[in-house]
Amino acid sequence: MASPLKCDLCTNPATVHLTQIVNNKVHKVDLCESCAQAKGVTDPSGFSLADLLLKASLNPEIPASAVRCEQCGFTQGDFKKHGRFGCPQCYSTFSSIVEPMLDNMHKGTAHTGKVPEKALERKTLHDRLGELELNLEDAVKTERYEDAARYRDEITQLKQTVEQPKRAR
Amino acid sequence: MTITSLLATPSELTDSSSSKSAIVLMTRIRLARNLAGKSFPGWAREPQRAEILEACREALMATAPMKRGASAAVSELTDLEKQMLVERHLISRELSGSAAGSGVVINKDQTVSVMINEEDHLRIQVLRAGFQLKKAWSVINALDSELEDRLDYAFSPQLGYLTACPTNLGTGLRASAMMHLPALVIAGQMEKVVRAVNQLGMVVRGLFGEGSDASGSIFQISNQTTLGESEEAIIKRLGSVLESIIEHELNARAKLMETDSAKLFDKIGRAYGILQNCHQLTSTEAMNLLSLLRLGIDLMVFPEDSRAIIDRLFIEAQPGHIQRTAKHDLESNQRDILRAERLRTEFATFAKPNFTINGQN
Repeated sequence: MASPLKCDLCTNPATVHLTQIVNNKVHKVDLCESCAQAKGVTDPSGFSLADLLLKASLNPEIPASAVRCEQCGFTQGDFKKHGRFGCPQCYSTFSSIVEPMLDNMHKGTAHTGKVPEKALERKTLHDRLGELELNLEDAVKTERYEDAARYRDEITQLKQTVEQPKRAR
Repeated sequence: MTITSLLATPSELTDSSSSKSAIVLMTRIRLARNLAGKSFPGWAREPQRAEILEACREALMATAPMKRGASAAVSELTDLEKQMLVERHLISRELSGSAAGSGVVINKDQTVSVMINEEDHLRIQVLRAGFQLKKAWSVINALDSELEDRLDYAFSPQLGYLTACPTNLGTGLRASAMMHLPALVIAGQMEKVVRAVNQLGMVVRGLFGEGSDASGSIFQISNQTTLGESEEAIIKRLGSVLESIIEHELNARAKLMETDSAKLFDKIGRAYGILQNCHQLTSTEAMNLLSLLRLGIDLMVFPEDSRAIIDRLFIEAQPGHIQRTAKHDLESNQRDILRAERLRTEFATFAKPNFTINGQN
């Protein structure tokens, strides 16, 4: 006889088996009675499989503590526990687990919607400013004064551009 | 403006002038947004949450739609205020139970509310009575663009707006409609509808979101996926699903009227009788009775202009709103008595039913 299915969220035997079709893909989730109750599965109209699918799609073979987000200290184990990430940077840190998940979860894997133009423009300017400041420091250290003057002028000009929208507000 | 004074005024959903839609009671769109370089609310430490709350609150209060609105940290709200805000769909249950450093900003007419440090740093939402997806989108899109000018959003060109949960990635947009579907419930067709809607990548839930029941035959239908499609495409797709559900509900109503109008009129007539004479009424029972009267209005048993009264009572018969009218804390059975009294008074002057429509009965 085949061994009984185990709950996707804990190790107890699964007694509740759910199937949902999203974007023509069949998703199956097996749960034990207490996890099913905790997730509100008893009311079929009142819960979403998305959270469960998300947890079920994590590969349990990978050691949970192997990778840690440099920005916020979040680990893969934390993700497995909470189903949420620690900070925006986690999406780069854990890209290898995010990417396979998206296929099942969404209609596509690439963003085709609205873009925060102003915020991105500001970020580009700030990044460039940071780069120029490093260049200036380096030029001064190595006594390349002509280059330093050029960097300084560019920094002054860039700072004015960055500050302009604030004054306009 | 304070939250207390805001709650003393009618909301978009309780204002009698704004209720005109037969099947879609309310449209709502929310956007999930986060600040670049900051831990998500569930992972951030308390000082960082406090810092984010202040930054977001300041940016929000400076925008045109929120200028004369109200804002509060969740810790400043009383339990009753939190409950009333949940009942008006202005905050989620999650936010009302959240840790220090969460807050909310609501505009003057209660059509826009922004939750701070719920699951994401910002949950911007626009509410409109009736079927108004496009209008809601244009309002929320403008507010989002104005905010983006003041805050650095976490965004990736590949994954879109970065959210605490990957299920909200991309547009971060969840559009939903609260639909009144009594005929589909009576005809036992809701399960079929839920299945069909799921297959189209949409989700059906009860009135107050995930895990809640669907008392009053009111269901919330929303998009499930947020990545790989533009905002306009998501809204268009949801709109066509909603239109098709409306058609199914209308067909189910027509069929019930054709085959079993006596059963339908009996249900409506009994609901009317109970609401006029009850002395103890739970909120679930009140929702179910009001739902039948609303169906009666759509079937022209009661005049069209009384729909607004029902829609207001859907909100005002909730426990928090009933508690507000009492001078001291009430036990649940005392609330049931007060609720019955409120509804009896409302229905003492309500229009008499006319069951002789289209020569039937």
